[in-house]
Amino acid sequence: MKQRSTLVFSCMAFGYAFLYAPILSLIIFSFNESRLVTVWGGFSTKWYGALLENDQLLGAAWISLRIAFINACFAVLLGTLAAVALVRFGRFRGRKLLAFMVGAPLVMPEVILGLASLLLFVSMDQLLGWPEGRGMTTIAIAHITFSTAYVAVVVQSRLGRLDPSLEEAAMDLGARPLKVFFVITLPLIAPALTAGWLLAFTLSLDDLVIASFTSGPGASTLPMVVYSSVRLGVSPEINALATLLVLIVSVGIIIAGMLIQQKKPT
Amino acid sequence: MAGPRAVLEAWQDPSAAPLVEIRNVTKTFGNFYAVDDLSLTIYPKEFFSLLGASGCGKTTLLRMLAGFERPDSGRLLIGGEEVTHLPPYQRPVNMMFQSYALFPHLSVADNIAFGLRQEGLPRQEINQRVAEMLELVRLSDYAKRKPDQLSGGQRQRVALARSLAKHPKLLLLDEPLGALDRKLREHTQFELVNIQERLGITFIMVTHDQEEAMTMSTRMAVMNEGRIRQLGTPGEIYEHPNNRFVAGFIGAVNQFEGRVIAQNEKQLQIHCEITDSNLVVHCEHEITLGTPIAIAIRPEKITISTVASETIEKSENQLTGCVEEIAYLGDVSIYHVRVAPELLVEAQLTNSARRHTAPLTWGDQAWLRWKAEDGIALLE
Amino acid sequence: MASPFLSRLTLQLQQLQAGRRLVVAVPLLWLGIFFGVPFLIIARISLSEVIIGLPPYSDILAWSSQAMLTIRLNFGNFLLLFNDSLYFSAFTNSLRVSTIATLICLIIGYPIALGIARSRESLRVPLLMLIILPFWTSFLIRIYAWIGILKGNGLINNLLLWLGVIDTPLQLLHTDFALLLGIVYGYLPFMVLPLYATLSRMDHTLLEAAADLGCKPTAAFWRVTVPLSMPGIIAGSLLVFVPAVGEFVIPDLLGGPDSLMIGKVLWTEFFSNRDWPVATAVAVTLLALLVVPVMLFEHYREKGQAL
Repeated sequence: MKQRSTLVFSCMAFGYAFLYAPILSLIIFSFNESRLVTVWGGFSTKWYGALLENDQLLGAAWISLRIAFINACFAVLLGTLAAVALVRFGRFRGRKLLAFMVGAPLVMPEVILGLASLLLFVSMDQLLGWPEGRGMTTIAIAHITFSTAYVAVVVQSRLGRLDPSLEEAAMDLGARPLKVFFVITLPLIAPALTAGWLLAFTLSLDDLVIASFTSGPGASTLPMVVYSSVRLGVSPEINALATLLVLIVSVGIIIAGMLIQQKKPT
Repeated sequence: MAGPRAVLEAWQDPSAAPLVEIRNVTKTFGNFYAVDDLSLTIYPKEFFSLLGASGCGKTTLLRMLAGFERPDSGRLLIGGEEVTHLPPYQRPVNMMFQSYALFPHLSVADNIAFGLRQEGLPRQEINQRVAEMLELVRLSDYAKRKPDQLSGGQRQRVALARSLAKHPKLLLLDEPLGALDRKLREHTQFELVNIQERLGITFIMVTHDQEEAMTMSTRMAVMNEGRIRQLGTPGEIYEHPNNRFVAGFIGAVNQFEGRVIAQNEKQLQIHCEITDSNLVVHCEHEITLGTPIAIAIRPEKITISTVASETIEKSENQLTGCVEEIAYLGDVSIYHVRVAPELLVEAQLTNSARRHTAPLTWGDQAWLRWKAEDGIALLE
Repeated sequence: MASPFLSRLTLQLQQLQAGRRLVVAVPLLWLGIFFGVPFLIIARISLSEVIIGLPPYSDILAWSSQAMLTIRLNFGNFLLLFNDSLYFSAFTNSLRVSTIATLICLIIGYPIALGIARSRESLRVPLLMLIILPFWTSFLIRIYAWIGILKGNGLINNLLLWLGVIDTPLQLLHTDFALLLGIVYGYLPFMVLPLYATLSRMDHTLLEAAADLGCKPTAAFWRVTVPLSMPGIIAGSLLVFVPAVGEFVIPDLLGGPDSLMIGKVLWTEFFSNRDWPVATAVAVTLLALLVVPVMLFEHYREKGQAL
């Protein structure tokens, strides 16, 4: 027994080291004086300065943030509707189809999702004249489509664990279905909605492949700009950007964790 | 019968106005008949129990009264008004859920006020009603707590208060004591009955626990496979079950299958194959000879002794056998006596004296006796 | 019954029905238009010929001179995929790499998930958060980090040279090793999470019962723990395998020039060669390959056994 837990423990230690070593190396070398990312040339914060002056990166980041925000809001709306229908409505026409379309994007390779969306936009442009060309709108639509699936899955699992007699009790006490949803269901699934929103936001902010397919001239997202600079070789500015991202995410998670701890009864 | 009564009970009074009328209601789930052409009338101020094993349709019936299920056919009337197709939020009925279904994000007071807020009552009145309810269930100090900060018994009382706050005509209770431990349960039984009598609200309770149904109800219905097998007061159902299912379901019972071989006045003589003996039982009706019939006899109605009775009256039964099992329960002892190779009879003896005068032990021969009028003749 | 009452009732029922329909229709329409329809379009274009123009493919539906609708199907794109060894080897290579990567993920991920599930209650959430945290930082940047570690004058080579183990830098970047490493690294959380979900739900007394019945810990692991965690193993494997088959970023940044993966081929056909029909034919074939695993995944998800 003792032997086995040592084995499991060393596997865990190795696993976590494997997950975090690359991220750690990124952070360390973002403070490197030398342009050669892997040779230590002394401590410096000059790459952070360079990052803040890189208009191309900053512009792309702004575009990405806007797309991610719109995407997250729409995806939460659509995903919640889909989850409510799938969990609460029993059998209805189109249930199988909806369940499939909610599940499939989770495992569909990104290249296919990207290609499929692009071809749709091209055909729609030809037939309907909308969306005219490609850019932020088309990226946002493609992102909403696959983010909806993720949100729906998160909300679905929360709704599924919710005692249905809570909603029945509210109705029994005189609340109409719509009111039941807003007064009882929504507050109880709010954590799932928040998680879904953040997930959708991150997925969109992180996506390279689908954005590359559905983007047009003048609408380069942050991952697209990072990708083109990474292809040319290692750049310390990207290390600085990565460090900032890790910092923001960690702070966000710590704050979220503290909020959850506070809400829990002692 | 529980003795002569001066005042007619509502269900015996032809002029009484019923509160709940269930008329030929059927509800199926796929091929499964949850409730099968069931009719039932319940009167104001009754404490009515629906008793049955799980899957007998009792919960489905309750959920139809609450409005969570729609009957396939038949009608439901409450206070003379048709409610068959009314949604739950428009019925003058409230329900106490088995899981209590307390809203975890609302405080105890807000849970109780929930129904009143839906009615749009003025704030002052709501506060007053909530205070009354909290007092009723002795939880005034817990108004600000959240449900997950309460014990099981406290949660049960909040659920009761919440469902009573709107002063419904009818309260539906789905296994209201199911989640409580035994001791708390017995205490709560009396509390529930007290509250029901004080408020004068009609209660319909679903339970699988016969003891609970017997102690609390004015009347009860024993259900099986979507139908009511017998309807009556607890006393009627225990003392006069009218079919084999009810006799076997409520309390312990010995059943002897046989055929009628003679009838004189109000006494049937029956030949029982398995014991190869003739037994007598009291019966009000004419029965044709040869009809298959069962005699049911409760263990506490059988006397057990170590010696055979010399003088057996015409209206008495006597069987003998070997004591196989003895269960000492403190107040009573239960004996299993093998009267035939394939038949064990259960007899009960009250331990009224501290030391038993005629101790029976394993392997002893024992004589069992009971009177014809203590047995029940069951045709169905 | 008064008829105004009944009509009010039917109105309400209709409103309720309309509300429910709306809740179903909005997501169904959105996903149908932006997720369902595109696959029909893909099927159509994969059967057309490449032309110079925009969009760069011919129409398979054409009005011939007699005003008859003719359908010109071109299976040439698919023939090309089967005959050209480049595409064929890209497909087999994708499947091979994904399978190996999935197995490695399972071997590394299982002890981690087991360790988290068996650890103290208060430690579980932080440990789980640490698995999820990298997922919230950029995937692209996490893969990029490996370039700095693996390249000729990267961390590993520098370390080995300094230790004197090697004299000349090893070729680590742009190899199958780097490719596998990248996939395992990128997809490990997707294996750990469903495994943890099933393992944490497992009743611990089952193992005690097994021990009580004379089963040694190792045997109990293989006979009780592993079979019971099968739904998690299947879900985790599919969550790694399916996206890995079509992966683009990792083979592009870490993979070698001769170990082609199908996602990268599709990308190149589309962006560099602008051959949309061949790109879509690649997509259709990829989809056909993934139908079985995707259906399996859906099946388990609907049963609610995983995720």
